[in-house]
Amino acid sequence: MDDIATPEIHGDDGSTVAAPPAHDDGHHSEHHEEGFVRKYLWSCDHKVICMQYLLTGMVMAAIGGFMAYAFRMQLAFPGQEVPLFGYVTSATYNALVTNHGTIMIFWVAMPVLIAAFGNYLIPLMLGCDDMVFPRLNRLSYQVFLLSVVVLLSAFFVEGGAFGGAWTAYPPLSAKAEYSLTPLGSTLWVIAVALEFVAFLMGGINFITTTMNSRAPGMKLWDIPMVVWMIVIASILFMASVGPLVAGAIMLVFDQQLGTGFFDPNRGGDPILWQHLFWFFGHPEVYVVLLPAMGIVAEVITTFSRKKLFAYKIVLYTAIATGILSFFVWAHHQFISGIDPRMANIFTVTTVLISVPLAEMMFVYIATLYGGSIRLATPMLWALGFLGTFLIGGVTGIFLGASGADIYMHDTYFVLAHFHYTFYPIAIIGVFAGLTYWYPKMFGRHMNEFWGKVHFWITIIAFNGIFLPLFILGMAGQHRRIYDFSNYPNLSEPWMWDMRQFATISLVVMLIAQPIFLINFFGSMFKGKKAGRNPYNANTLEWVAPSPPGHGNFEELPSCYRGPYEYSHPDREQDFWPQNEPG
Amino acid sequence: MQGKPIATNRQVTGVPTGKLAIWWLLASEIVIFGGILAAYIMHRIGHVEFGGYAAHTNVWAGGINTFVLLSSSLCAVLAHQAAEKGDGKKAFKLLWMTIAGGGIFLVIKSLEWTYEITHGLTLQSNPFWHFYYVAAGVHASHVIAGMIAMAVVSFRAKKNEELQRVELVGIYWHFVDIVWIFLFPLLYIAK
Repeated sequence: MDDIATPEIHGDDGSTVAAPPAHDDGHHSEHHEEGFVRKYLWSCDHKVICMQYLLTGMVMAAIGGFMAYAFRMQLAFPGQEVPLFGYVTSATYNALVTNHGTIMIFWVAMPVLIAAFGNYLIPLMLGCDDMVFPRLNRLSYQVFLLSVVVLLSAFFVEGGAFGGAWTAYPPLSAKAEYSLTPLGSTLWVIAVALEFVAFLMGGINFITTTMNSRAPGMKLWDIPMVVWMIVIASILFMASVGPLVAGAIMLVFDQQLGTGFFDPNRGGDPILWQHLFWFFGHPEVYVVLLPAMGIVAEVITTFSRKKLFAYKIVLYTAIATGILSFFVWAHHQFISGIDPRMANIFTVTTVLISVPLAEMMFVYIATLYGGSIRLATPMLWALGFLGTFLIGGVTGIFLGASGADIYMHDTYFVLAHFHYTFYPIAIIGVFAGLTYWYPKMFGRHMNEFWGKVHFWITIIAFNGIFLPLFILGMAGQHRRIYDFSNYPNLSEPWMWDMRQFATISLVVMLIAQPIFLINFFGSMFKGKKAGRNPYNANTLEWVAPSPPGHGNFEELPSCYRGPYEYSHPDREQDFWPQNEPG
Repeated sequence: MQGKPIATNRQVTGVPTGKLAIWWLLASEIVIFGGILAAYIMHRIGHVEFGGYAAHTNVWAGGINTFVLLSSSLCAVLAHQAAEKGDGKKAFKLLWMTIAGGGIFLVIKSLEWTYEITHGLTLQSNPFWHFYYVAAGVHASHVIAGMIAMAVVSFRAKKNEELQRVELVGIYWHFVDIVWIFLFPLLYIAK
């Protein structure tokens, strides 16, 4: 909690910030030695908490990726033993698909994009020494870690892990007689609810830090885009997750305490869950998209040496996207028996939401136009994001139209569509961010050559997985089928070729990831040393040492201008750091 | 415990960070209760028979509890006033009167629930009673959380430390109060 009795004087003079009131008991002392536990496991430092979220997210990504490998092998080569996994039974298949989706969204995209990057970048980019509530921040990670344990423990209880898809529609999810996972389904709900609690705590920290702790002189329009995006995403999350928390409570009661909220036989309503879930679930897409968009904005301005085209437009479109995202949820329910008149309304809002996002795309392309583009690894990822996300966005328009969706619903077309949105967000956007801020995080550079090799294999293999799935989806391949050989109309030879091509592409992509891991961890020790500002970038994190020590800056910076003053005509240098007076 | 970071003491908006945080916390709570209440109202509109079930609730118990909670909120306001004047001891006493109010609320609620459950109106009976127990139960857990938070704040306040927190728990307590103001008519009065 803060202290209103001793507010900091935030005048124009940067020196006033360096002297906080009596509370500062050796906080900045360099001589203060801490043990391993206090330094890495029990730390309140936002950078350490970032690393905790990041590493947990990476482990979960490996688990989620391995699950994808196991069930894709089953789909391409049904009934055969999967190397390193064994036979995939139908129950295992359901559990794998469900947990792959849940993990990739809630335990990879959220912790890495919002929690890890938010924790690392917000205090550094705003020029302050930590989050406003460091202990709340630590608690947020601990609750998150608990949620990981709860989620994974479901694989080891009687009946196994929940297999009712990541959307957990009742009555399948509500009754053990249907789901056959009496404990697994409840553990799943509890894990998701705990994860939400963790991110609510983190979100409050992000929002209040950005509102109240910016460097002296930093106005709203001087905030780097990625910070804006993480904050808008946190607000979206906070405003949308409540109904699902309520729904989670009801679902656990239905599962374990004999209520019938979602049971039509007892006066309940299964559609109610779909509303509660998607009221959160659709804004959630933008919760993870916006931070990725922000990361891309930072990368493309730095590597094209140009001012972000129309900063305010990007911001307004992000806010417009956020507001619109609350009015599109029922497009997930076009075939759930909702009133067709309601489907019309949601078709309009769904197609409408692509307008601000298209605007954002155009703004980014306009930023690139005429810039001195340098195709470093982070820039490749950022451009890869724009290209692949575009495909994801455009295919969404087909699905948003309720007429077309009746045919497409629950086919692989939908599956390929949302992987073309989530993959750019959660994987490509994250790689852009990690490779970009790596020198700041660890004080060394990653290997550029292997970075590019990893980029090209990953991006080509990714398209190799999902382009065939679009075609299979158009041909009517349904999502929820465990073994296509039981369906003669889905068993034509070309279909099997495409399935196997997609699976082999997946295997290639997974095999390429150790290239990144070796580069990532190896460069921490062997990489070329990086200075404070290796890219000649403007934002405040580049003022701090690489890596920043406890307290981040030797002297907390002040801010004099916006974050994207590249190639200013009046200056000899092509950049103009935010903290430089004049 | 380490000292607070400089970030915590900055105040760009002019509003103390603690107060901002508590308002954002309430924003997230509003949507949680909003979800439960919206689901309840949709069910209520769709099921005429809910009115008949609601007739079995004890309006007197609910009414007295409304009065108890509102009075305890008055104590929270007075505690804030005392804290503003720097009188931590008085704030301590008033906070504990607020906690006592929460305690009385919970006792009345337990007696009421005991009566209902022993007369066959249980959580599993039908959707009205599902909502009745879950909505009031989630609210009661917030009452308990508020009482714990006030107890923690009160001991620091007694030593005249962190007096601004008295206002912050007060804001939270008013929220808990307001949620009940919504629950009471929806669950008890609307027959």
